[in-house]
Amino acid sequence: MDLIIILQAGVATGTVLLFATIGEIFAERSGVLNLGVEGMMLIGAMTAFSVTIKTGNPWLGVFMAMLAAGLLSQAHAFITITLHADQVVSGLALTFLGAGISLVLGEGLSKAGTVSLLPNFSIPLLSQIPFIGPILFTKQSILVYFGYLLTPLAWYYINHTRPGLNLRSVGEYPAAADSLGINVFRLRYFYVFLGGLLVGLAGATISLAVSPGWFSELTTAGQGWIAVGLVIFAQWDPLRAMLGSYAFGALRRLILDIQGPTVLFGFDNPFYYNPYWGFFLQMLPYAFTVIVLVIGSREAMRKRLGAPAALGEPYIRGERGK
Amino acid sequence: MTQTIPISSEPPLAVEMRGIVKKFPGVLANDHVDFELRSGEIHALLGENGAGKSTLMNVLAGLYRQEAGVIKVKGKPVEFHSPRDAIKAGIGMIHQHFMLVPSQTVTENVLLGLDNPRFFMRLPQYDAKVTEVGERFGLKVDPRAKIWQLSVGEQQRVELLKMLYRGADVLIMDEPTAVLAPQEIEGLFEILRSMAAQGKSIIFISHKLQEVTAIADRVSVLRRGVATALGVPAKGVTRQELARLMVGRDVVFSLDKKPGNPGDVVLEVKDVYADNDKGLPALRGFSLNVRAGEIVGVAGVAGNGQSELAQVITCLRKCRKGQILLNGKDLSAQNALFGIQHGMAYIPEDRNRVGSAPNLSVTDNVIMKKYRQPPISRAGLLDMNAATKLANELKEAYEIIVPHVSTPVRLLSGGNLQRVILAREISGLPSFMVAVQPTRGLDVGAIEGVHRLLLAQREAGAAVLLISEELEELLSLSDRVYVIYEGKSMGEVKIGSAEPDESLIETIGLMMTGSPLEKIHKEGVGAHG
Repeated sequence: MDLIIILQAGVATGTVLLFATIGEIFAERSGVLNLGVEGMMLIGAMTAFSVTIKTGNPWLGVFMAMLAAGLLSQAHAFITITLHADQVVSGLALTFLGAGISLVLGEGLSKAGTVSLLPNFSIPLLSQIPFIGPILFTKQSILVYFGYLLTPLAWYYINHTRPGLNLRSVGEYPAAADSLGINVFRLRYFYVFLGGLLVGLAGATISLAVSPGWFSELTTAGQGWIAVGLVIFAQWDPLRAMLGSYAFGALRRLILDIQGPTVLFGFDNPFYYNPYWGFFLQMLPYAFTVIVLVIGSREAMRKRLGAPAALGEPYIRGERGK
Repeated sequence: MTQTIPISSEPPLAVEMRGIVKKFPGVLANDHVDFELRSGEIHALLGENGAGKSTLMNVLAGLYRQEAGVIKVKGKPVEFHSPRDAIKAGIGMIHQHFMLVPSQTVTENVLLGLDNPRFFMRLPQYDAKVTEVGERFGLKVDPRAKIWQLSVGEQQRVELLKMLYRGADVLIMDEPTAVLAPQEIEGLFEILRSMAAQGKSIIFISHKLQEVTAIADRVSVLRRGVATALGVPAKGVTRQELARLMVGRDVVFSLDKKPGNPGDVVLEVKDVYADNDKGLPALRGFSLNVRAGEIVGVAGVAGNGQSELAQVITCLRKCRKGQILLNGKDLSAQNALFGIQHGMAYIPEDRNRVGSAPNLSVTDNVIMKKYRQPPISRAGLLDMNAATKLANELKEAYEIIVPHVSTPVRLLSGGNLQRVILAREISGLPSFMVAVQPTRGLDVGAIEGVHRLLLAQREAGAAVLLISEELEELLSLSDRVYVIYEGKSMGEVKIGSAEPDESLIETIGLMMTGSPLEKIHKEGVGAHG
């Protein structure tokens, strides 16, 4: 067990959660709750792997993964934004739909062989910084570096630009935005699509970089749901999302590594001698997600955490105010 | 019946609307309506609810499109496809429900939907611009404050600021005083006068006559989609005349309130604490009492615990601490049925969801408190013939205008629905009645009827608790008024039979904004500013 290795791997695995969480933050900031993250992520992972095997070009794989998840998200957008259906129900349906499609189309894909992966590289100079260098800037995937760029950009975009102001207004009080000539419907469609693109990227990050391959539904293993929980934990803020994603990534790696050695801090390692304890540890991230989602579903608590005020509510023109 | 004052030719009209027609399914909301607005004037648009004044202004603000008629702005014909077009032409509308995003700052709200800045929001420099525009018109507000931190009056100023920043010359204000305390209303009037003095034209939509005579230069009146007065100078017209133009008949203002003869205490609320729906404290040690044969008012700005007080008294909400005694019996651990069986009547705030079952018939709605007793209940079964007979009697007695008592009440107008509820509640001969906002949204004629029924209850010896946001209503009906602020009582004021004087209104206004009565007595009225 080496702290640096755990953290390095944490940043790499956490990048999956980071893309998905930021994607969902965009959708939710516009007022649309999309619980289909898990389904879209599976579609993304399957498409990325499948396209890369066929063409040998991982970049094309990434592109198609994003497009596929983005298109799937538009089903949710149509059902909730245009038809005003319940966002929770539609999102759950989307998860089943995404999982179903990816399992059918991905049948046999797990034995299809290996693919060329996205490049890993170290950054000169930065990788020399003690402690931080080896964790953040040594032999990481290009997508990890993209995550470093995306997070502050997303934060700045949401909080300090005109389109960001429009996005926040549409999620907080769509009637006010509408009264000033902002197209609520178009913006919501757009941000659900953008969310889908990023969740698709998260899927591609799994199958082409972090844990390459296609292992049917175990490819994502519920990480889409963890991302939904992380959005609440991050209070809809990309910077906190980054912190949470990397922490969860590191936790995943720690749970694996802690079961290895026979001696831990000079004692017999209980996780080595009692394998059941390991299952308990592996359950923790999901237990956390369940707890966060339960807390976050209480309206009073959501308000206190700073959820977008119109989250989950369809916007119907003419029902002004109230 | 249209009274037109010939318009002198000098100043160009800021807005001219000719022959505006707007139909909604089943309703002709505007029937060839004319409207004229001069530059730099405050023009009141008066009318009952449903008279078509909001429709006319929504046409002017670009929200609706008229079926016929022309709009000219500064002499030029215009066509609006959206509120954006109207704002570009210098017309801004301030809605009753503020269009402000609570989690954002004043500046962000002002800049929302504009083209400048195009991408990067460097707020500090725009904070300064917003402050500058505000100072020009006497609108003091901190540009960095978040909207949720502001009082309702301040939020209204932000709405004005938003329109002024966009360069609006014509400001339409839809019932702007409905949400304000008396002091805030005076503040708003000062702002409006200063804006008019600087050349802005203001349309002031209202159904309150005393406000119109206080603020407006000229008045136009709509009744049932038709203009009954067009630009009459406000100075030369009496309230009686305006009311006749609004309602189409004479309206009696002075209610025939006989001197009170209060008896024993019927309801006593002792140090009650209760939470609101969000689990936050709404009542914090509130006390009051009501005697037989008197009307006791509860005044306060909306959302200070009035709804929760009514719900606690009618056993629809649990109280955490304290006692509620009805004729000496403790209600605090009882349910609503106990209250009904002990002579309590309730006129709830929300007529459509609490006061009635919208899809049920008039008959079903009027027997809701009586179906357990004969003659409606016979051997545990409903006797629909007896129920229909009762409903028809009440329809006659309370002048409910409905073709048949089997009509679902959702098809009734607000005034008619309120008569159905009053019929049900009063016909049970209550010893105690709680009425919450009983005249909200009703027209002048219907208000008069409700007031008469409440006074009749008082004369019949019932104790009446009247919770209202209309100060004028409270002053004209009540024998005593309690003022509620953040769930606490600010004190109790006696109302004489004479016309209430200015200092009394000012005292109540101060109490409504959180000054306890003792403090006002110590410091004297006026010391507060």
